[in-house]
Amino acid sequence: MKLAGRTALITGGSRGLGREVGRALVARGARVVLVARDAAALDEAVEEVRAAGAAAGGEAYGLAFDVGAKEDAHRIAGAASALIGPIDLLVHAASTLGPLPMPLLADTPCEDLAAVLDVNLLGPFRLTKIVAGSMALRGGGLVVFTSSDAAVEAYPRWGAYGVSKAAQDHLARVFAVEMPEVGFVAFDPGEMDTKMHADAMPDADRATLASPEVVGSALVRWIARGDTKSGARVTVKEITR
Amino acid sequence: MNALETVAPAMAPRAARDVRVLVVGAGRVLGEIAGPRFAEALEPGDLVVVNDAATLPASIPVRTAHGEELEVRLAGPIEPSAEADAVLLGSGDWRTPTEKRPAPPAVARGEVLRGGDLALEVRSVAGRRVRVRLAGDRARALAALWSVGRPVQYAYVPAPLALWDVQNAWAAEPWAVEMPSAARLVDFAVLSSLRARGIAVATVTHAAGLSDVGSPPIDAFLPFPERSRVTSATMRAVRETRARGGRVVAIGTSVVRALETAARAGDVFDGTTDLRIGPGTALLATSALVTGVHAAGTSHHALLAAFASSEVLAEAMRASVARGLLGHEHGDVWLVWR
Repeated sequence: MKLAGRTALITGGSRGLGREVGRALVARGARVVLVARDAAALDEAVEEVRAAGAAAGGEAYGLAFDVGAKEDAHRIAGAASALIGPIDLLVHAASTLGPLPMPLLADTPCEDLAAVLDVNLLGPFRLTKIVAGSMALRGGGLVVFTSSDAAVEAYPRWGAYGVSKAAQDHLARVFAVEMPEVGFVAFDPGEMDTKMHADAMPDADRATLASPEVVGSALVRWIARGDTKSGARVTVKEITR
Repeated sequence: MNALETVAPAMAPRAARDVRVLVVGAGRVLGEIAGPRFAEALEPGDLVVVNDAATLPASIPVRTAHGEELEVRLAGPIEPSAEADAVLLGSGDWRTPTEKRPAPPAVARGEVLRGGDLALEVRSVAGRRVRVRLAGDRARALAALWSVGRPVQYAYVPAPLALWDVQNAWAAEPWAVEMPSAARLVDFAVLSSLRARGIAVATVTHAAGLSDVGSPPIDAFLPFPERSRVTSATMRAVRETRARGGRVVAIGTSVVRALETAARAGDVFDGTTDLRIGPGTALLATSALVTGVHAAGTSHHALLAAFASSEVLAEAMRASVARGLLGHEHGDVWLVWR
């Protein structure tokens, strides 16, 4: 996908992978809307991302809404399209781990599991439903779901999160067979040095973790190459050449 | 046509699968088909054209600097200048028909109307028609508009409509003041059945505008000029379809207005159209129209008269009443072949 002048909507845009994907896209001349709940953190991220793309003609805007809230889904999609036009690329980078420290599944209150599914599964489902339909009628577009190896492996204390990511991977697969005009991929970025990783595993050796900047730009290079196979689950290792 | 000869309104949003299609052509009512089987009413080689405009939260409750309440109702999209055309209505929620509301307070050029985090600066006033500008940072102002604004409501619908009630499944740019509601019929299942039958689908983007608001000085101007965009790809599909004897089926009156405007412009169109279509208007692009069941006498009905005589439309209304079809925004539809 040629990225100059393309439009992208990125959730989880105030930090971590979302912000770095935004930065890499804007640096290639894309027009980007970042979404996050925290308006102050979002403003800072937008400033930074905008600066990265000034020379390339890229643009960045922020919308402070909650991906986990049903009533915000059309607000995000509507205001984003009013800002940058119909969306060509949708990146779901917002995720929650649920309550910390992460409990065993049998100790997880039903309400906490539901809250994780709201952000990690229903939120991406709602936004994809709204945005991918117009991609299909316009004849193309790409939706990237951020996955995790917890979607595939059963790790103790990663139950709610892992279930939400496994289900999200399957959203990508089913959307891919039902809507062949649009690309849907589940992307596993591996272990990154992010706030989320620190929340989950505060004692991890940060030197062993990948920088979200490196992973975000690898993802954007891969999108630009255009060899995405719809419905696939891909890891950062598989897309890094 | 007497007053009894009109259908009951649908009281709530309905799923595409529940929509009934009354087929009208060759000077009579031809029959009825269930919405999910819509593709069977068409032939391979036909072209279906939909309006992909998303619906704005066009109904905005605000206060004047003196604290008086009123509704600003957008009449078109937010332009790149952050300005938009709008009309002013008296205060009141969806339960109060607009014609029963008090007159809105007078507003002056330069005045700022506020609702939540949204500030609308009045740029010009002509009676109840105004031009407003979203003040401040564009992204923040749009977020505030989408938080404060509600979709245009209908007094006959008992519960307030949310934004998700008024969006077509594949809509993109938020240009429409009211939902291009005939396209409610075309969900993803219908889209794939159309393609499976060899019927292509093309899009226009058209700022479907205000319907009657109950204020004669406003309603007399309807339909307002509307923002419209028809791409060369869509017009090529229209020409190729007609050249091989296929038919072009417009889903909704806004699509007719867009395609007929573009056909008169020669090819592509990207601007504002004031084309009015009525009895006797030559249809250069469109062969059929899918539209909701609306009473005679509305601006909407005038456009239908370009497709069928008043006798045929009266017969279609009698058949709709007899069959128990539902009317208005969430109701059933007619497929009218010219």
